[in-house]
Amino acid sequence: MSEAAVKTAARKPRPKYLSLQALLFEIRLPVPGWVSILHRISGALLFAALAWLLWMLDRSLSSEAAFDRLRHYAGLAPVKLALLVLVWAYCHHFCAGIRYLFLDLDKGVDKETARLTSWIVLGASLALTAAFGWRLW
Amino acid sequence: MKRVVTGAHYGLRDWLAQRITAVIMAVYSVIAVAVLLTNRPITYAVWRDLFEQGWMRVATLLFALSLVWHAWVGVRDILMDYIKPDGLRLSLQVGALLVIAAYLGWTIQILWR
Repeated sequence: MSEAAVKTAARKPRPKYLSLQALLFEIRLPVPGWVSILHRISGALLFAALAWLLWMLDRSLSSEAAFDRLRHYAGLAPVKLALLVLVWAYCHHFCAGIRYLFLDLDKGVDKETARLTSWIVLGASLALTAAFGWRLW
Repeated sequence: MKRVVTGAHYGLRDWLAQRITAVIMAVYSVIAVAVLLTNRPITYAVWRDLFEQGWMRVATLLFALSLVWHAWVGVRDILMDYIKPDGLRLSLQVGALLVIAAYLGWTIQILWR
């Protein structure tokens, strides 16, 4: 680093704290960062929806009439939309999780590969969601 | 050494558990999707017969056990990251554990009704 660069670096206000302002307008998250935060959000979503999902499993196995009612319920637009979001959450959590297992094994940790696999995770989970959404309805 | 109320040598064990349970759930998911795709259309009879088989009940129970352990590690990580007051965090963690235990009980009830 040149002497000028050192001086510029030194003049930057440090330390820099995370704030909402910084998060929204100043820091641009690289793709692996998006995969990471979406992995957390999708996990939290799935956990939050667990009671609802269990309730549906319970209904679906209780009787034929309840199964048919549930099928009708799942066809309602807001329910369908919520289910589609959960399908995406599951697919994203699944794909990103596999990526993390490889990262744990020290595979694909260099920047280019990490960014490429992040795009693949984002794309694959959307494609899987579209495929399941199309299959289910 | 500084001791923290909510932390004591759970690190490596839970880190490893999160990964092992993830693999179990991934394998179950792939098998479940394959089974469902080959049994279309899914009528009530198909669905019920599937869950009446012993292997499916046991596999689903293993999935549920993996899920609750995995979810616990994830929820705990999220609470540790965002909830700073010790008392509140501990309360939320206990609450999450109770909810998770209740879900597991409910799952067993659904599978062996």
